[in-house]
Amino acid sequence: MKIVILGAGQVGSTVAESLVSEANDITVVDTEPVRLKRLQDRLDLRTVTGNAAHPAVLEQAGARDADLLLAVTQSDETNMVACKLAATMFNIPTKIARIRSADYLSHPEIFSPENFAVDHSICPEQILCDYIVKLLEFPESLQVLEFADGRVSLIAVKAFHGGPLVGREIQYLRSHMPQVDTRVAAIFRQDSPIAPEGKTIVEEGDEMFFVAATGNIRNILRELGRLDRPVKRVMIGGGGNIGRRLAMAIEDRYEVKIIERGKTGAERLAAELDNTMVLSGDVTDEELLDAENVAEMDVYCAVTNDDETNIMSSLLAKRRGARKVITLINRSSYVNLVQSGQIDIAISPAQATIGTLLAHVRRGDCAVVHSLRRGAAEALELIAHGDAKSSKVIGRRIEQLELPKGVTIGAIVRRRDKSGGISKGDGDDHDVIIAHHDTIIESDDHVIVFVVNRRMVPDIEKLFQVGVNFL
Amino acid sequence: MGWLLAVCPVLGIIAMAMSLSHLLPVATSLFLKDGTTPVFLASMALNFAAGALLWLGTRHHQHELQLREGILLIILVWTGGALFATVPLYFGIPGISFTDAYFESMSGLTATGATLLEGLERLAPSINIWRAELQWLGGMGVIVLVVAVLPMIGVGGRQISKAEIPGPMKDDALTPRMTQTAKGLWIIYVVLTVACLAAYRWAGMSWLDALIHSFTTLSLGGFSSYDASLGYFNSPLIEGVAAVFMLLAGVNFATHFLVWQQRSLAPYRRDSELPYFIGVLAASVAMITVFLQVNGVYSDWLSAFRHAAFHTISVGTNTGYATVDYNLWPVFAPLWLMFLGTFVACSGSAGGGIKIIRAMILFRQVFREFDKLSHPNAVTPLKINGQVIPNQVVLAVLAFFFAWLATLVSMTLLLTLSGLDAITAFSAVVASLNNIGPGLHQVGPAANFSVLSDFQTWVCSATMLLGRLELLTVLVVLTPAFWRK
Repeated sequence: MKIVILGAGQVGSTVAESLVSEANDITVVDTEPVRLKRLQDRLDLRTVTGNAAHPAVLEQAGARDADLLLAVTQSDETNMVACKLAATMFNIPTKIARIRSADYLSHPEIFSPENFAVDHSICPEQILCDYIVKLLEFPESLQVLEFADGRVSLIAVKAFHGGPLVGREIQYLRSHMPQVDTRVAAIFRQDSPIAPEGKTIVEEGDEMFFVAATGNIRNILRELGRLDRPVKRVMIGGGGNIGRRLAMAIEDRYEVKIIERGKTGAERLAAELDNTMVLSGDVTDEELLDAENVAEMDVYCAVTNDDETNIMSSLLAKRRGARKVITLINRSSYVNLVQSGQIDIAISPAQATIGTLLAHVRRGDCAVVHSLRRGAAEALELIAHGDAKSSKVIGRRIEQLELPKGVTIGAIVRRRDKSGGISKGDGDDHDVIIAHHDTIIESDDHVIVFVVNRRMVPDIEKLFQVGVNFL
Repeated sequence: MGWLLAVCPVLGIIAMAMSLSHLLPVATSLFLKDGTTPVFLASMALNFAAGALLWLGTRHHQHELQLREGILLIILVWTGGALFATVPLYFGIPGISFTDAYFESMSGLTATGATLLEGLERLAPSINIWRAELQWLGGMGVIVLVVAVLPMIGVGGRQISKAEIPGPMKDDALTPRMTQTAKGLWIIYVVLTVACLAAYRWAGMSWLDALIHSFTTLSLGGFSSYDASLGYFNSPLIEGVAAVFMLLAGVNFATHFLVWQQRSLAPYRRDSELPYFIGVLAASVAMITVFLQVNGVYSDWLSAFRHAAFHTISVGTNTGYATVDYNLWPVFAPLWLMFLGTFVACSGSAGGGIKIIRAMILFRQVFREFDKLSHPNAVTPLKINGQVIPNQVVLAVLAFFFAWLATLVSMTLLLTLSGLDAITAFSAVVASLNNIGPGLHQVGPAANFSVLSDFQTWVCSATMLLGRLELLTVLVVLTPAFWRK
């Protein structure tokens, strides 16, 4: 696939890195030659220096025969103009733009083909914010990811000493909680994946991924003996783009305090937030944290744009008694450093957001992609098209599929009444089927697949692609 | 002092325009043959001549008015207007002193509604029309003043009334030109008055009574053509009509204007004062009803509710109609009513007092200080309807409130010094300063201000003017800096 990426910032670089290994031709455009140089030194891709919203630059970047345009520069306007140019001049079939301004996003009609021609808009800050909101909802999990419009969730939980599963086989799960249907999609032990089988014995410190209907998550966590008291008080360190969004999203649900260093920034925050206490000060100021009772906080989220500050302030908050700390860390080397130490959850913005982009890049009909374990693993929601003849999956039992080792089918979402039109909403007309060895996949099923190693993704894509005789 | 002359031609034009307002009482007296036609015609001629002379004499000095000249003009319009309006009262009411006539006319133009006349029903109908019309014009003037003029000057945190019209309609809806805005507001005012007139007539008043009372209802004035005020009619229907229109008139006319302009009720929902205006009044009605019933003032709940509701709205919106002598209620109730009268009216209405928006700002400022005490690092902007109120506006409101309080105390002391009892003095000042109308005790709803001495009457007249023009507008003229070149 030929992909043009506009903007070599945080998002652009991560996407490039992630896609380049999947046999794609990638061109990155940016105004800063230094950034491009750094990227080119590391990865096998082409770079073009120039303004991404200029036709000549796009032309030079090979827009004429590109399959996908990813406009992820800092500027919404540049991204939108680039998409428009890509549509009118170069006819690029898929155009994705990063749009951050809520003002633009509230008028979806401006993205239509006859206007700015943005096929998909993404907002990394918003995705990140949603991600953290989910974690606050289930504070005992390491990660909560949603599939099929939120009907199915994948949760990551660490097996802890004395928990009901440690030292037992996975199949004990079924007898332990017969009323809750769930499936262990993967287990990571000391950072390497283990294929979960009925006889696998869970050890302390294992990171277990459960797939279940979203409504069952709470039950599962309860059965695992991990249901903490719900989050009530949250402190956010850093009132930048993410902190502000996060505070807005949660201020009606929790008691929220937010710390912002800049005086004017704090004043602007205070103007925009209604139920949040805005504090002006440094997130690594011990006295401020103490004075504002960090010890009483259920969760402390460090979301400034500086990794070191986030880590230090999280460690401080944890030491001072915050029950749980969530830390935003951009550099992957830092993530490995701190994750298993005092910091409960380290979030990499790039990893959290890249999945949304990947979903559009994948061959086959892929509704959702979540990148896991720093990009090593992936969870995908694939849609099975065709019929028993044209598809390699439809009409077959799961045990009959030629799945590579390390690939697990976790669940299937099936529309109950196939004759009806496209339905949206509460999912009343959808069934969530937790996959078993004898589950048969039908046409138009949404299949949630867990892949422990990203290298296997192309095989899965191939498996789900519709054969030629479909036409 | 040359710059003062620029005010004069404008004043002359206003005086000439005001002479036209005599046409209504002239027509009334001609139609009803009550014998006051010559008085009004003479007054009209005097008014016009004075205005014309003023204009002719100074029209070469006319130029675009500066801020100071604007303030001076406002004060001269109200004091001078009251002076000219005194003429028909002085000559048309037998045996009235000039002091009393001026008080009556000031009470009219400031839409206060305090009267010192007895036997109102025996006055010539045209005089009563004149009194009511003064209130109506005064109310109209004050609405334009508070919506369009004072925000430009920024008196006492008045900027807020502009700033707090929410969202995108801030600039284009209330039209940018003052004259346009004034026109829009007046149309609303006139339409509501006509509706009120029709409603009163439908509820059983004569055309004359309906006209007089619709004038004094919409301006939240409270003059009546009967000593017993609306109690004369003893009709729940009329009281209901009055209550509805007092409530309507107590709302910011800028909001009415937006509703009319956008043909949607959304501006009412966005009005930050409205929920408090309605909420405070509703809670007070409930409380007073229970209070009256518990104290056995009325025999049944229904009449307790009827009188509690009517007087809460009437005094709360600074109208000052009365149907019973609420002075006879246990003292908490009338005091509570007076308390409501000090702040419940919305900004941009003809009501007086602190206004609910300023009360909200003062109230929140207190809690802001509390927050600061327990969280020294907290950034706590003062927000009304999601809009941050700048600190300088908060300070202006605090200054306004202090001036208001200082006036209240000093005027009360002045009245007690001159021999009035404490409750009467205090309530007379509260009633004047907030343009409510009747006070308590000797100046209560059943009595009137005629018990006051000349000196006391002048004190009340001045207090009414101070309250009407939002204190600082008047007080600034007393500072040397104002007169410095």
